Amino acid sequence: MATFLGINLFALSGQLLVGLINGSFYALLSLGLAIIFGLLKIINFAQGAMYMLGAFAAFLALQYLGMNYWFALIFVPLAVGAVGILMERFLIRPIANEDHLYSLLLTFGFALVLQGLFTHWFGSSGLPYAIPDELKGGTRLPFMYLPNYRAWIIVASLIVCVGTWWMIEKTKLGAYLRAGTENPALMQAFGINVPLMVTLTFGFGVALAGFAGVMAAPVYSVSPEMGSNILIVVFAIVVIGGMGSIGGAILTGLAMGVVEGLTKYFYPEASTTVIFFVMVIVLLLKPAGLFGKEA
Amino acid sequence: MKSMNKTLLSAAMAVAMTTSVAHANVSDDKVKIGVLADMGGVYADVCGPGCVTAVEMAVEDFGGKVLGKPIEIVSADDQNKPDVGSAKVREWVESQGVDVVTGLVASSVTGAVTKVTTDNKKIALIAASASNAFTTKACSPYNAHWTYNVVALANGTVKPMVQSGKKKWFFITADYAFGHALEGVASKVIKSEGGEVVGAVRAPLGTTDFSSYILQAQASGADVVGLANAGADFVNSLKTAAEFGLTEMMDVAGLLVFTPNAQALDPAIAGGMKTTTGFYWDRDAEAREWSARFKERHGKIPAMPHAGAYSATMHYLNSVKEAGTDDSDAVMKVMKANKPNDFFAKNAYLRADGRMVHDMYLVNITKESERKTSDNIFNIEKVIPGDQAFAPMLPECEFK
Repeated sequence: MATFLGINLFALSGQLLVGLINGSFYALLSLGLAIIFGLLKIINFAQGAMYMLGAFAAFLALQYLGMNYWFALIFVPLAVGAVGILMERFLIRPIANEDHLYSLLLTFGFALVLQGLFTHWFGSSGLPYAIPDELKGGTRLPFMYLPNYRAWIIVASLIVCVGTWWMIEKTKLGAYLRAGTENPALMQAFGINVPLMVTLTFGFGVALAGFAGVMAAPVYSVSPEMGSNILIVVFAIVVIGGMGSIGGAILTGLAMGVVEGLTKYFYPEASTTVIFFVMVIVLLLKPAGLFGKEA
Repeated sequence: MKSMNKTLLSAAMAVAMTTSVAHANVSDDKVKIGVLADMGGVYADVCGPGCVTAVEMAVEDFGGKVLGKPIEIVSADDQNKPDVGSAKVREWVESQGVDVVTGLVASSVTGAVTKVTTDNKKIALIAASASNAFTTKACSPYNAHWTYNVVALANGTVKPMVQSGKKKWFFITADYAFGHALEGVASKVIKSEGGEVVGAVRAPLGTTDFSSYILQAQASGADVVGLANAGADFVNSLKTAAEFGLTEMMDVAGLLVFTPNAQALDPAIAGGMKTTTGFYWDRDAEAREWSARFKERHGKIPAMPHAGAYSATMHYLNSVKEAGTDDSDAVMKVMKANKPNDFFAKNAYLRADGRMVHDMYLVNITKESERKTSDNIFNIEKVIPGDQAFAPMLPECEFK
């Protein structure tokens, strides 16, 4: 087998690919957060709970409505997005003019309540959700076995990430959005309904978390804790990428997936810490994040 | 006549004395049981509110009173934090008159709590923890470790696999005390049976994605991948193992699988996997009868700690009655002298070191076709006699 400096290159390629898959999943998760964080300046700690809600909704839709994975992929994000819209309209908007700390605490509390309710209703052990038949099995690559579902994670994440980035950075709608959050009064004067735009943007960001939840249901444990486990990592990714940078969040998500994957290979004990280590270094050297605009 | 009177008098006095002794010997005029568990976190399903239900059932079945005094239950959430758990138990035993503590889930919490109970000479009935420390390096005359431990899990699941020719093992281990203990004990069993451990990875607790570790396991050339983890870590690692085709290449052994965790997995993935348990609700008529009552109150079938908590509480109360006091030393003496025997404890005895030795069960997880209801989780393959399942007693832990 090919080796370099005593490292098995075959094994390394496998680890890189797996890291990239995880990275695309991180990118998907951090995207919603980056939109809400970057455009609306709301620190949404409930994003992890919304991801959990998406996974549970997929399970419930299958169990009680007989809705399969593919329909869940469309309808669950809409439903979770609707929850987000209600949340913005009735919980966050009343404190929109207060310090950011208020919305942070509110969303954090909301997440804890949601997590507690789901533990109460469904228990803490999680629920089963099978991989859809169309994506079962996998392909044998020279260096590893690639499950079809993992390949699908990369494809779906890239489509959603690139699509969202393009919509916000390159279209007229995106331009309104960016302008509206930059100077709401001016945009209102131009006849743009800024509060509605904020609500819809929040709903969209939350819907992305719901989408990620459905994507996660077949491969990860569907349990009330699933969101809180991953949320902090995703926050770190948004911070490393630079606040307000959609593209930065996507690229950082991918990169951190690879960094974490390599850590899992060389020194697994540090794999949950390595992203925070990177975050500290980045903040020291470039406080606005890798792709953030200097304040 | 005179002597007859004298005899009567002394008999009456003796009766009066024994009754007054019995009254004086129940502290605070009640027996108070504290149930400490993770009530809302990752291990809530394994013990949690279900353990409170099980203890309530034991108290009701016992009649609600012992030695004429009421039995009370208090419960608290330890949040899986040793400091939170031990502070609560200290408050219970030092100022609220709690006589005995049960539940006890995360081994780290139990380690901190049993220090407090031992210092205060109160009995700890450990219903859910896995570590074998409570009857070895941290043994105490006041510990009764009831349901199972890591040694029984390793002996039950690992030994027969190595003996059947699966010699090379790779471990995916939860990177904290429980995982290390489980891996350590299992590795010893493998080596003593002539097998070898070809590698291990330590995955941090709460890892979501195990694909990297699964690839390493695949490349290791092992016959068996042992999952020395529990709860969500177990579910996540097995899901990923199946997805990456590992389960078709090698055997996967789940070293600690509680029924709710098995229910969280698609039978197509988990079906057929072997594991060891201290209790299964569908074992016999007696177990089914109790489990049906439990399910009616709690909504779910009991996991092994629930049955263990009931059995331990019942044995404790019976022993208080026989000892005629709730003094811990006297009660523990009776607990060790009398053999527990109920729907949970089969061929059981509480050893001098506090280990409750009883039959364990090698089971396999049911396949889709075998799952008549979602509660049909295990098939029992073999009964493992207690003396084969648990390790022999250490001389220094032999408390009289």
